[in-house]
Amino acid sequence: MARANRGMVRSYADDLRLFPTWTKRGFLVVLAAVYLLLPLVLNEDVWPGGNGDLWANVLALAGITAIGAIGLNLLTGYTGQPSLGHAAFIGLGAFTAGYLGGGRLLGTPPHGYNLNLWVYLLVAMVLGGAVGFVIGLPALRLRGNYLVIVTLGLVYLALYLWQKWTTVTGGNAGTAMPPRASVFDIGGHRLDLLGKFDVFGQTMGPKQGLMYLAWGLVAVVALLVKNIVRTRPGRALQAVRDRDVAAEVVGVSLFRYKIGAFVISSAIAGLCGALYGLYLGYLTPDESSLGITLSITFLAIIVVGGIGTMYGPILGAVLVGALPKLIDQYATSLPLVSGIVVTDPSKSGLSKGALSTIIYALLIIIFLVFEPRGLAGIWRRIQAYFRSWPFRY
Amino acid sequence: MTKFLSLLGDGLALGAVYALVALGFVVIYRATRVINFAQGGLVVFGAFLVYQGEHTWGLGFWVSVVFAMACCAAIGAAFEALVLRRMIGQPIFAIILITIGLFLLVEPVTTTVWHNPPGGIATPWKLHTVKLGDVRLLQVNIATVVLGAVVLGAFFLLFRYTRVGLAMRATAVDQEAALAQGISVRQIFALSWAIAGAVAVVGGMMLAGGAGPAPGLSVSLSLIALRAFPAIILGGLDSPGGAVIGGLVIGVAQVMTGGYVPAEVPALGAQFADVVPYVIMFLVLLVRPYGLFGTAEVERV
Repeated sequence: MARANRGMVRSYADDLRLFPTWTKRGFLVVLAAVYLLLPLVLNEDVWPGGNGDLWANVLALAGITAIGAIGLNLLTGYTGQPSLGHAAFIGLGAFTAGYLGGGRLLGTPPHGYNLNLWVYLLVAMVLGGAVGFVIGLPALRLRGNYLVIVTLGLVYLALYLWQKWTTVTGGNAGTAMPPRASVFDIGGHRLDLLGKFDVFGQTMGPKQGLMYLAWGLVAVVALLVKNIVRTRPGRALQAVRDRDVAAEVVGVSLFRYKIGAFVISSAIAGLCGALYGLYLGYLTPDESSLGITLSITFLAIIVVGGIGTMYGPILGAVLVGALPKLIDQYATSLPLVSGIVVTDPSKSGLSKGALSTIIYALLIIIFLVFEPRGLAGIWRRIQAYFRSWPFRY
Repeated sequence: MTKFLSLLGDGLALGAVYALVALGFVVIYRATRVINFAQGGLVVFGAFLVYQGEHTWGLGFWVSVVFAMACCAAIGAAFEALVLRRMIGQPIFAIILITIGLFLLVEPVTTTVWHNPPGGIATPWKLHTVKLGDVRLLQVNIATVVLGAVVLGAFFLLFRYTRVGLAMRATAVDQEAALAQGISVRQIFALSWAIAGAVAVVGGMMLAGGAGPAPGLSVSLSLIALRAFPAIILGGLDSPGGAVIGGLVIGVAQVMTGGYVPAEVPALGAQFADVVPYVIMFLVLLVRPYGLFGTAEVERV
């Protein structure tokens, strides 16, 4: 009797398996090894003279945005509720972390509380989920275009709130986020993940620590969301996405699942925001850091990666997260544009920032027009090619 | 009272600009069911094109305006024909995101081409004022309201009394039926984008020329368009008349809060004026989810 595989599903249990083939299991082992070893390679203490810390930082940011993108993908990709409001929840998470984790306002002693990393990450999630519940209520009555505009307004209301709530956020002066030396215990073993710590006898810095933390949480969040979408609630969410009226007719409670998607997605965004605050180190509530562009970035990530897929948001976050740094690093050696890029900001001409935005915007447009399934779609096409090889189809 | 009237002048000018931008949204939405986030980009680009014509090429104000309107109309129509037409049938957020992509393109392109323009646009009205009793009104504000009224009036005449307008209304009601009647729906799509591009230029040009509480000629003019969203929510996404009323209400409300709130209610602060459009939008949505004049999409379960 043939073994169960993707094309051979004999029972519901087969269908539910997370890693159905040996290739996938092997891939998982490789990923775990990369996760453990990459911070060792990208480390200037271990390999001096390289650009390791820079790339560790880029990958840490990619992991952090991947977390938020996985959450948004649950809401937008699987439930079909487009939202531009992600930046509001990111801000909520970040300032929660600042207030509870011992962040400092300008010229004052530490305010708020000095809680453990896990505690404020958890509180950021819970708060994000609670606010997501409140936002989800009006969203029950809206869909599509109206929802996008309302969530856009939410970003600006949140920005206003951060600017006015000076005792928590520091207002326009901003907050210094919790010092990265957040010590915590794992089974009696003290580990200073955001300071200096040892892995395999090598000293790691806060950048590598954030990388471990972010990608570890990516795995946890991805597993959580995967478990939601492959079981009954996930099928309900996808029914809501495909046709909400029909879903209600067959007995899916719109209230329960739309709100549920908002709550979980916002909670994950809160977690992402807390980590984002740690990554930035200093957060000012203004248009450039917590404005509409941040929300757009998350939407762009899930579109470039592949909407409604599990690994799409992660691939997208790595690509979009690394893009500005890549351009910053290699702008002057790119073909076509190398001659016209100016590095002096006071001169007129194509600056690196402008080039990065142009490439990013073109990436969004090109992916949407030519590959709406994103990087995940390209990957599937490659898989299909080799599965049916040597035949074309 | 003097303060009130001069604020009212500012507010109506800003409202007229919102109305123009909102009209652009509505025209595109009615024809293609797309919300065009790039409208703000067209506002900025139009203002800079007027600057280019006036300062660099010395074309004179009105010639530059017509030139910029033609350019932005062409950009809008070209974007629709080359990019958006391939997207028909895709999910809503994908189409929205593609217009956001266009929006993101505008800022780096404008800063690359024009960097920091030394001056704003020199309108024929400069910063002259007229005195009405005790009230000093900026001429450019009056000109904005008048010009806005002319453009909006021309649009309504086109919409109501011409064959093209009839074709646009038919397309909005039912695309297939319109097609069956011999209307070229593609041309209507392109025309809608062209109209939106052209009216955006008028709005951007007046803001850059000093109307309302505007930042002058800069890329941050695009934020104006984001605040015009509440105007279309207030009026209803598919109602041109609603867009005009919504725009005026939002503009006046924003300028009035900016004028009175910092002094009367200091706790809310000066930035409150910037979020007032969104606050109004939330309140309207609680009562009427489809705006004051929009068509309710009724679905029974």
